[in-house]
Amino acid sequence: MNLASLAPLAVVLPILGAALTFLLIRHSRAQRAVSIGLLSLTLLLECLLLASVCDGGTVAVTIGGWLPPWGIVLVVDQFSSLMLVVSSAVSLAVLVYATGQGMADGDQDAPVSIFHPTYLILVAGVSNAFLSGDLFNLYVGFEILLTASYVLMTLGGTGPRIRAGVTYVVVSVVSSVLFLISIAMVYGATGTVNMADLAIKLGELDQGTRTLLHVMLLVAFGIKAAVFPLSFWLPDSYPTAPAPVTAVFAGLLTKVGVYAMVRTETLLFPGDSLNTPLMVAALLTMVVGILGALAQSDIKRLLSFTLVSHIGYMVFGLAMSSVAGLGAAVFYVAHHITIQTSLFLVTGLIERRGGSSSVDRLGGLAKLSPLLALLFFVPAMNLAGIPPFSGFLGKVGLMQAGIALGTPLAYALVIGGVVTSLLTLLAIARVWNRAFWRRPSDAEHPDPVLLATPAAPAARTMVGPGAKRNSAKRNAANQDVVTLLPRTMVGSTAGLVVLGIALTVFAGPLFTVSDQAAEDMLDRSAYVHAVLGDDTVVPPALTSGGGR
Amino acid sequence: MSVNLTLLIVMGALYACGIYLILERSLTRVLLGLMLLANATNLLILATGGYAGLAPLYSKDPAAGDYNDPLPQALILTSIVISFAVTAFMLGIIYRTWVLARRDEIQADIEDLRVAETPSFDAEDDAVIPAETSEFPVTVMAGGREMPAEAAVEEEKPGSANVAPRPDGGGR
Repeated sequence: MNLASLAPLAVVLPILGAALTFLLIRHSRAQRAVSIGLLSLTLLLECLLLASVCDGGTVAVTIGGWLPPWGIVLVVDQFSSLMLVVSSAVSLAVLVYATGQGMADGDQDAPVSIFHPTYLILVAGVSNAFLSGDLFNLYVGFEILLTASYVLMTLGGTGPRIRAGVTYVVVSVVSSVLFLISIAMVYGATGTVNMADLAIKLGELDQGTRTLLHVMLLVAFGIKAAVFPLSFWLPDSYPTAPAPVTAVFAGLLTKVGVYAMVRTETLLFPGDSLNTPLMVAALLTMVVGILGALAQSDIKRLLSFTLVSHIGYMVFGLAMSSVAGLGAAVFYVAHHITIQTSLFLVTGLIERRGGSSSVDRLGGLAKLSPLLALLFFVPAMNLAGIPPFSGFLGKVGLMQAGIALGTPLAYALVIGGVVTSLLTLLAIARVWNRAFWRRPSDAEHPDPVLLATPAAPAARTMVGPGAKRNSAKRNAANQDVVTLLPRTMVGSTAGLVVLGIALTVFAGPLFTVSDQAAEDMLDRSAYVHAVLGDDTVVPPALTSGGGR
Repeated sequence: MSVNLTLLIVMGALYACGIYLILERSLTRVLLGLMLLANATNLLILATGGYAGLAPLYSKDPAAGDYNDPLPQALILTSIVISFAVTAFMLGIIYRTWVLARRDEIQADIEDLRVAETPSFDAEDDAVIPAETSEFPVTVMAGGREMPAEAAVEEEKPGSANVAPRPDGGGR
């Protein structure tokens, strides 16, 4: 039996975990053990999947004994298994962080016990979306993760979270409806929703219908991936959620959108028909996103804008539809999931230690907690693309691919990418200078915590103005003392930062995998043959120069 | 393939009303709009399954062209379940908004407004104000009082309190 046929377990295990943790809702210790244990098991399984796919090539698993193109298939290729490994590693780190936070704050509240089942459902949805070889199953995966994310986003039901949650839910539902409409239209035009089958049948349609379907799908995924004109909702809704939730959303949810865009572009609609608009969208996403980041004084909001901005790099790599460009984009997705999540986790720690996430209120953190400064500095420089980190390597890959393409628009994007990288550095340096390096008394509205004498470094009393915090800490005010930097939270953040550095150290092998993944995706035959059998004829990609 | 014109017209009307409603500021109307959109999409999926009156896929006897395509119906069932869950959740959120704010409206983002109102002057980056070194300090009229130019600049900074002139004419 091939190891890859265990792929459905990547979805089944988290759902099983969700059911178990829901039953154990009154036993928080057992709940923690079950969710962390099952997620570790899933991660282990996915590492094995990646290894087996790298050796043996793409594998399709048919579900329930219905053969494709009728039944649902799960397809494990290098791209999907790489995404699975990175996303599970990141979600495991965030889960440990969240349990650490819950333990430190005393998780007797009801909403916290619902966290574990919801979180595992979210992970299951993400895995299902990555594995799905069927357009409608992809939609179901999206819906699973979105519904779980609605609950996580509004956890606790405080005013700001509900306000942000409304925007988020409405925008997500509209994008899901658009996706469903596209599926109906695709089914009406071709009579199938199997993606390998679609790869063949969509090529037989006339150009107008193809473009219509293509645009519909891209708009639906563009909302989820937060590509510029459709990105307005993200900085509005992400920053209000609890720190671990924001971190996992920032790392995973937009990347699932990017993943779906990559599949649409390479498998369903290969060729370069919409590459020019995509490149323009990528440029605008990068530049407008980072300009938004420069205006922010709240670190979480600033990071949300950099998140939007860096989606532009991935779309750029995708729009080049060359092996080098797509490979660099795949590498960049893996890098960005890790880095963006660790930055949001560090921001959660900053908020705990410094009492605020607004740079107007912070100061002197480098002296107060050098470890925290280090944990922020490394991924921040990585995000800005400073050598030798993986952000730099990914950007260099993209720039090289852009120059190899050589069109004026590609050059404009290369310049835009460099400018965005520098502006990211500027935004990050402002945070660094103000929150970490200046004296606390120089802050515009210094938080009382920072001005207190450093007599009690590990604990502080919550009185007076300090009580204006999020609800979890307000509950802790009764206990007088909260642990500022619990070991589990710092440990899991450090783990992610180390993972980010590991991506730098092992960038060579990772680039090999991502380039192979890109080659397989652009070739399409491995995917189609794995699903429909080896004797299927795969039509070549349509290019505006060659075909039609 | 012939299509059911009535269903198509109903679908169009549902889409039009749904889009109109989700552009409203009232949350209940937005929810109604989303429900209409979801149902319009279900009709669209139904239309892809062939025309009405065909036999269901029940026995092996009818020829392939004579029975209705069952897949769109399965898709509709799934999408009904999903939109049911989302509607229930939205109702919960709307109720919670009502409890918290006593308003059935989408509220503006405070942080957004704050950023929009921030002047282009940056207290940190633009704080270098040339020091007054001349022996004869320049005085300007500010806020109905005569004061040294340096003190007037201090006062112009956002967030600064009124600078009271010292008896000797200097700021603070």
